[in-house]
Amino acid sequence: MHIEKRKYYFDQSKGMGIIVKTITRLTVGIVFLYGINMALKGHLTPGGGFAGGGMIALALLSLILAFGKEAAIKNINRKRITMIATWAMIMFLFLGFMGLMGGNLFSTDFSNTDSRFALLGDNIMPLFNIAICFLVGSGIYTIFITLIMLRVRKGEDK
Amino acid sequence: MIYLLCFVLFGVGIYGLLVKKNIIKLIMSMMISSYAVHIFLIASGFRWHGRTPVLDATNTMQKIAMVDPMPQTLVLISIIVSAAFISLLCVVAIRLFQLFGTFDITKIKEKIKN
Amino acid sequence: MIELYILLILMIIGSIIALEVRDLLSSVILVGTVGVCLSIGFIMLKAPDLAMTQLIVEILLVIILIRATISKDVRFISSKREFGIFIVVIGGLAVFINLAEEVVKNLPIFGKPIMWVSQTYLNNALMSKEAVNIVSKISLDYRVFDTFGAMIALFTAVIGVLAIGRQRSRKKD
Repeated sequence: MHIEKRKYYFDQSKGMGIIVKTITRLTVGIVFLYGINMALKGHLTPGGGFAGGGMIALALLSLILAFGKEAAIKNINRKRITMIATWAMIMFLFLGFMGLMGGNLFSTDFSNTDSRFALLGDNIMPLFNIAICFLVGSGIYTIFITLIMLRVRKGEDK
Repeated sequence: MIYLLCFVLFGVGIYGLLVKKNIIKLIMSMMISSYAVHIFLIASGFRWHGRTPVLDATNTMQKIAMVDPMPQTLVLISIIVSAAFISLLCVVAIRLFQLFGTFDITKIKEKIKN
Repeated sequence: MIELYILLILMIIGSIIALEVRDLLSSVILVGTVGVCLSIGFIMLKAPDLAMTQLIVEILLVIILIRATISKDVRFISSKREFGIFIVVIGGLAVFINLAEEVVKNLPIFGKPIMWVSQTYLNNALMSKEAVNIVSKISLDYRVFDTFGAMIALFTAVIGVLAIGRQRSRKKD
C-alpha cells in the first residue's frame, strides 16, 4: 500500500520527470505561504489581495503542471473551488454592508485608536484583503481547471 | 516624449487588431494596447525624486513628496479585469477551433456562409 | 530618465516582432517578454504593487495562451498578406501619431504632476489613523465601489468560462 500511494511520484508517463516533481514538492508550500503573507499584510506593505490571490493560484497550478492532471485535481476538484469562490463573494458583500450599519457610506472605516502598524488592528481592511485573496485565487484556478479539461482537437467535443 | 512612445505602442496594438487574421494574434494585440494605456497612466503621475506611497515609521505625520497614488489604484483594478476578459476570449477561441477546425477568421466566415 | 526610453523602445520592437512572426508559440513567448519589461517599467516609476500584480497576471496569461496553441496542426500560420489594407492602416496610424503630438504638448510635463484629486486623498489618509499603504487605503476605503465592481466582473468572467467550457455527456436514449 505504501508503494501504491507513491505511484504517481515515480510514474514518468503522467506529468513531468522526477527532478521537476521533487523541486515542485519543495517549493509549492513556500509560494503558497508567501501568497497568504502578502494578502494578509496588504494594508502594511505593497501587494494586497490581488497579488496574494494570484500567487496562491500559481502555487496550485504548478502542482497540475508537474504531476499531471489526474493526481492533482482529485482533491481540489471543481465543486470545491467554485464553492470557495461563491463564499468569498458573499463575504465581500457582507463586509460592505457592515459599514452601512454604522451610519456611514458603504464600508467606511470607523476606528478611533492609533493602531497603524498592527496586523489586525482596529480597521476593516485585512478582512477585505482576505475576501479578495480567496476570490481571485479560486477564480483563476477555476478558469485553469476548465481549460485543462477541455480538449483542443477538432471533433473531440461533447 | 515618453507619452509619444506610449501612443506608438498603442498604435502597434491597433495595427495588429485591424490587419491580422488569426484569432490568437488579435488577442495578443489587445494585450499590447492595454499595456500601452497602463504605462501611459502611471507615467503621467510620476514625480522626480518622489517616493512610493507607503508610509514609514519615521515620517507618519509629515508630508513628503509622493508619487501620485490615484492612477496606481485604477491601473491595479484594470490589470485584474483585463486578465479576466482575456482568459474568457481564449476559451471562446478554443471553442471556435473545435467547431470549425481553424483559427483564421476569413475561413470561419466562409464556412458560416455555406 | 533614459532607462525608461530604452525600455519603451524595447517594448515597441518586441511587440512588432511578436505580431509578424509566423510561429504562434514564439509570438506568445514574445508577448510574455513585453509583459516582463512592463513590470520593470512599473518598478522604475515607483509602483511596487503594480509590478507584482502585473508579473503574476502575465505568467498566468502566457500559460493560458500556450494551452490554446500547443497542438501540432495549429502552430504555423501560412497566409498571404493583403497589401491594400496594410497601406491604409499605416497611413491612418501616421495621421494618428501626428494628432497625438498636439495632445502631448498640452499634457503636464513629465515629472511634475497636477495632483488635484490625489492631494485631497493624501491629506485625508495622512490624518486618519490607520493608513500605512496609501494605495490599499484608497482602493479599499475611498474607492471601494471600484474594487467591488472589479470583483463582480471577475466573478462573471469565471461563470462565463464555466458555461462555455462545459463538456456535456450524451445520454443514450
